[in-house]
Amino acid sequence: MKGRFLPVLPLLTLAVMLGPVVAGLWGTLLPAFGHLPAAGEFGPSLAPFQALGDWPGLPRAVGLSLTTGIGATVIALVIVALLTAGWSGTKPFRALERALSPLLSVPHAAAAFGLAFLIAPSGWVSRLLSPGVTGWERPPDLLIVQDQWGLAMMAGLVVKEVPFLLLMTLSALGQTDAQRSQAVAAALGYGRVTGWLKTVFPRVYAQIRLPVYVVLAYAMSVVDVAVILGPNTPPPLSVQIVKWMSDPDLAMRLQAAAAALLQLALVIAALIAWRMGEALVARLGKRWIMAGGRGRVDRAVAVTALAFGTTSALAVLMGLAVLAVWSFAGFWGFPDALPDTATLKNWMRHGPSAAGALWETALIAVTVTAAALILTLGCLEAEYRHNLSVSQRGMWLLYLPLLVPQTAFLPGLQSLLLSVGADVGIWPVMAAHLVFVLPYVFLSLADPFRAWDARVGTVAAALGASPDGVLWRVRVPMLVRPILTATAVGIAVSVGQYLPTLLIGGGRVSTLTTEAVALASGGDRRAIGVYGLLQTGAALLPFAVALAVPALLWRNRKGLRYA
Amino acid sequence: MKHLAYLAAFLPTVALAQTDPADWDAVTAAAEGQTVYWNAWGGSTTTNDFIAWVGERVAADYGVTLEHVKLTDTADAVTRVLAEKQAGENDDGAIDMIWINGANFAAMKEQDLLFGPFAEQLPNWAFVDVDGKTVQTDFTVPVEGYEAPWAMAQVVFIHDTADLAEPLGNMGLILEWAQANPGRFTYPQPPDFLGTTFLKQALVDLLDDTSVLAEPATDDNYDAVTAPLWAFLDDLTPALWREGRAYPATGPAQLQLIADGEVDLAISFSPGEATAAIANNQLPDTVRTFVLDGGTIGNASFVAVPYNSGSTEGAMVVANFLMSPEAQARAQDPNILGYGTVLNMDALSADDRAAFDALELGIATLSPAELGTVQAEPHPSWMTRIADDWIQRYGVAQ
Repeated sequence: MKGRFLPVLPLLTLAVMLGPVVAGLWGTLLPAFGHLPAAGEFGPSLAPFQALGDWPGLPRAVGLSLTTGIGATVIALVIVALLTAGWSGTKPFRALERALSPLLSVPHAAAAFGLAFLIAPSGWVSRLLSPGVTGWERPPDLLIVQDQWGLAMMAGLVVKEVPFLLLMTLSALGQTDAQRSQAVAAALGYGRVTGWLKTVFPRVYAQIRLPVYVVLAYAMSVVDVAVILGPNTPPPLSVQIVKWMSDPDLAMRLQAAAAALLQLALVIAALIAWRMGEALVARLGKRWIMAGGRGRVDRAVAVTALAFGTTSALAVLMGLAVLAVWSFAGFWGFPDALPDTATLKNWMRHGPSAAGALWETALIAVTVTAAALILTLGCLEAEYRHNLSVSQRGMWLLYLPLLVPQTAFLPGLQSLLLSVGADVGIWPVMAAHLVFVLPYVFLSLADPFRAWDARVGTVAAALGASPDGVLWRVRVPMLVRPILTATAVGIAVSVGQYLPTLLIGGGRVSTLTTEAVALASGGDRRAIGVYGLLQTGAALLPFAVALAVPALLWRNRKGLRYA
Repeated sequence: MKHLAYLAAFLPTVALAQTDPADWDAVTAAAEGQTVYWNAWGGSTTTNDFIAWVGERVAADYGVTLEHVKLTDTADAVTRVLAEKQAGENDDGAIDMIWINGANFAAMKEQDLLFGPFAEQLPNWAFVDVDGKTVQTDFTVPVEGYEAPWAMAQVVFIHDTADLAEPLGNMGLILEWAQANPGRFTYPQPPDFLGTTFLKQALVDLLDDTSVLAEPATDDNYDAVTAPLWAFLDDLTPALWREGRAYPATGPAQLQLIADGEVDLAISFSPGEATAAIANNQLPDTVRTFVLDGGTIGNASFVAVPYNSGSTEGAMVVANFLMSPEAQARAQDPNILGYGTVLNMDALSADDRAAFDALELGIATLSPAELGTVQAEPHPSWMTRIADDWIQRYGVAQ
């Protein structure tokens, strides 16, 4: 890192991260107001919004976006808060924590498929219980997956967001002095849950506020989970936007752009409403704290929360298991608990094309993550050497790409790239992935990097090491574990990207995720099983490496092993 | 400077000058080393396998690399070509070949988005059954060599004999049966092509005189002609799987529903699909197929080449290979794909014919005689309007 180059890195990082978002929003704004020269439309006009208003599915699609998004966020947050309140520091909690953290990297699409194969009327749960418990010889005609209320979709989001929020909560707990607060509360006779909620939660929430907003924005505008588990008559707004984007009639893109702006407005409105809700909860909470109740139903609440947390972890794990079973299944009729025969035929049929997608997935993920790591390390080192500090506003910038709904700016970005002729190939896809990978890599690496004991660097410098020498020969080796973890996070994020790959890749870039979601419409569970498992493996393997390598590397340096 | 401007104005035309399809040696020479991006619907794993095999064969014989871009909706490819045209990408678009027919073909042809004519100059065109099969019109639109046929399709109904033993001879009987067995029938959600095919099949079967469908729909006749269809659907929908509140996304998704025992009856556009699915463990071996007493709709699947493909020669090589006796026999093999051939058996050599004769139909495939009358596709304008209306009426549940 040359001294002159280093100070520009934070700016470059911001440009790489926010440039596509801003450009994409611009590319959405113009057609939304009727300006799309490519389709022979010149604005400004409000016609696209009128056309959008005339779509009969609009009220339901908007309603779905709001209810599933807010619902999933509230449920996930409540489960995580009560779980932590009731059980943090206990054995079951550690077990659950160990089970949930790898689930963080399971791609949303794979988790959604697993859940669908599990809870559908013909799913595994129903098969295991039939006909013995239920008496069903045939699957009941129940609208469980793709229900109009989006409940299945909400469940799919909750099981994926619980691990995310839990890990965020755990890392926040370390900075809140929770144990002493809880001890004091307990000494004053407060129940475990009530004491935690009244003393620790307000401080934890302040720390996890931004991640919660990310979950809210994501859940309101998700596409892949909605395609797999969500309703279709009509679909949620985000899915409809993608459908309009691919209509043969280019004029529909104007309508899609108008809907994308509406989606953005919905997310902003929901975030504002959530912020106001926070104030309301805070006021009610204060009254609740002042009332001084010690908590009479704590035990029941804690047990319920544990049950929900366990169910959520089990749903993903069993879902992955049923994907595996389907991938090896011969004929498997209802209500058999297992297939008639096990066969390698499915893997032999789909293996070769899946291997191609795996290669493309890996190429994108590794390149993008490497770029993200270099930028992140550069920013953090610049911050360290030049004594910069990141303000709260800086954190918002970091979270911005995760807060702007993907369906709001990716369609615009695609139109822009198309109009400059840079839309073909793998590079634009990588650039789009970087927008999402970079914040996660940064967030994952920033705390361990800043927490590094600078005195070690001073010693090294005193021994004659240059600043670059300190970085490469002392700091980076000591931080190998968090760097590998950040790498694994980056790869998992890239592997799971659906919309950026689909829209920016123009169909020419096929990763495991786009292939798997494309298979959703065909309903071939064997093929989906193969792709879903490979997708999960591609996201999980780097985490295994991130655990194994430091253990090997530091086998003689116990003090560094947990650095 | 003026000359330069002239030259620049000419350049795109020069670049567009492609090899004459009739000069086959020049075509194969230019094709070698080209990569053909074939945008084809990717929702059926058997079709995907077949396309992968085609890729291996054209790579071995002609040095053409075939990449299957898996679409969920063929309209996506049409959009892309259109967008590229608007953006001025006239020489090397992202798409080199599209599996296409019907409304998408009509739209692309009308807007001059297609390369050609080329199909009738290809060497294997000599084997194509021009008289016996509808390969020169596509949903009543004249093809004129702008797309090459590669498979014949006809509507059949797949039924699980374990639960629905006897064929149902017309739409009225299907409605009766569905009402007596609620939740046991569904169809793919329009605008999925198979879903709209079900709507067309219902309309054709419900009308006494279908000649009106050969002409474009007009504002004057549309409501009256389609009224019986909507009456039929209003009766049928409450008796559908999930009471019509959800639909399978595509045709193959229905197979999973039959295998799970959720439904007993499904529409298919491929007479051999059921047999192939049994071979792949996707359907129980109690499944059979039937056609309606009055016949069912049939059409051809084609491949077309966008005007801005940079690999037109490679695409023509693939199109020609698809019409070869080797590829056609493989596509007709019920264990592979089970698609009907576009070839004229009398035009083939004895060896090639033997390859077709050796194919077993498979337990769930009807013989050509049993498939009966092939009904003509309505003009594409009917399908477009019916699909839009269906979405208004049933696609955005109240």
